[in-house]
Amino acid sequence: MKLETLTELNAERAARRPAIVVTDVASGEQRLVKLKDFAADPLRDEFDKALRMGKSGMVEVSGKKLFLNVYAPTARLVVIGAVHISQALAPIAQALGYDVTIVDPRTAFASPERFPDVPLIAEWPDVALPPLNIDPYTAFVALTHDPKIDDPALLHAFQCDCFYIGALGSRKTHGKRGERLRAQGAKDADIARIHAPIGLAIGAVSPSEIAVSIMAEITAALRLPRAEKEAAA
Amino acid sequence: MLNRDEDILKAAEDWKKGGHGVALATVVETWGSAPRPAGSSLVINDDGTFLGSVSGGCVEGAVVTEAMDVIESGQPKMLEFGVADETAWNVGLSCGGTIRVFVEKVA
Repeated sequence: MKLETLTELNAERAARRPAIVVTDVASGEQRLVKLKDFAADPLRDEFDKALRMGKSGMVEVSGKKLFLNVYAPTARLVVIGAVHISQALAPIAQALGYDVTIVDPRTAFASPERFPDVPLIAEWPDVALPPLNIDPYTAFVALTHDPKIDDPALLHAFQCDCFYIGALGSRKTHGKRGERLRAQGAKDADIARIHAPIGLAIGAVSPSEIAVSIMAEITAALRLPRAEKEAAA
Repeated sequence: MLNRDEDILKAAEDWKKGGHGVALATVVETWGSAPRPAGSSLVINDDGTFLGSVSGGCVEGAVVTEAMDVIESGQPKMLEFGVADETAWNVGLSCGGTIRVFVEKVA
């Protein structure tokens, strides 16, 4: 690999932009493809699959054996609410490889004693969220059950291209939430992005089980192709 | 996604910029039960210092030795390791899988 390629690759990785290095393993010939060039690339279908699965591998294209090395950013989970479910959710998400950040302005909740191994931001969403740069490799969940905290957080998430938005609450609660958010300028398409009631329907009862159902739904959002995702929803 | 490895590619860049000879070894194919998936990598400098892994520690020593040649020659190499492949390599994978590792110089 040319030093120039390696330097450019590291810059893309640091900026949390996906990139793919294509290597002809017979000749050693190599090229770096950046996110903005994926769609126009002759290998775009292979790229799409490799990126979605986060899997590097060999492909054979017109007699050439090419290795596609996928560099996708680490997935992140931003949790609004340092609540009981979050205490179960954070370690499960971390075990799945997510970088987890928890936001809750209530310092009694957002305490290191309750969350020993998780970055906590004890600020209101309007202060805490903008610096987090929520991006397409981020999943976003609102779990406080308190409209004062969840609503502004969700309004922020609508402005971002995150791959998943979920919010805790029954259908009835979610209906009211929709009305409130619309009154604050959210569009129907924004409300439709929210997975609510949150999590896959697995009959979850305890906070840990709800955490499992949330991470299962997030995994589906991350990995399944669009059509199957809609079928699973 | 979910790449939690320490930032070995940044280390490779820094080594190279610091004047070291550097090679990059990457798992490109696996068969059977391989310890690390395709895309896993190991970076090596001309001191013999290495970071990362291409297996569970079974073949790293051999990869480092080969990487020294690659740093010297500049020619990329494809290495294959597997239990059934004792003719080419004396190191194998105890898990029974086979892996192919592409070794290239950072130039």
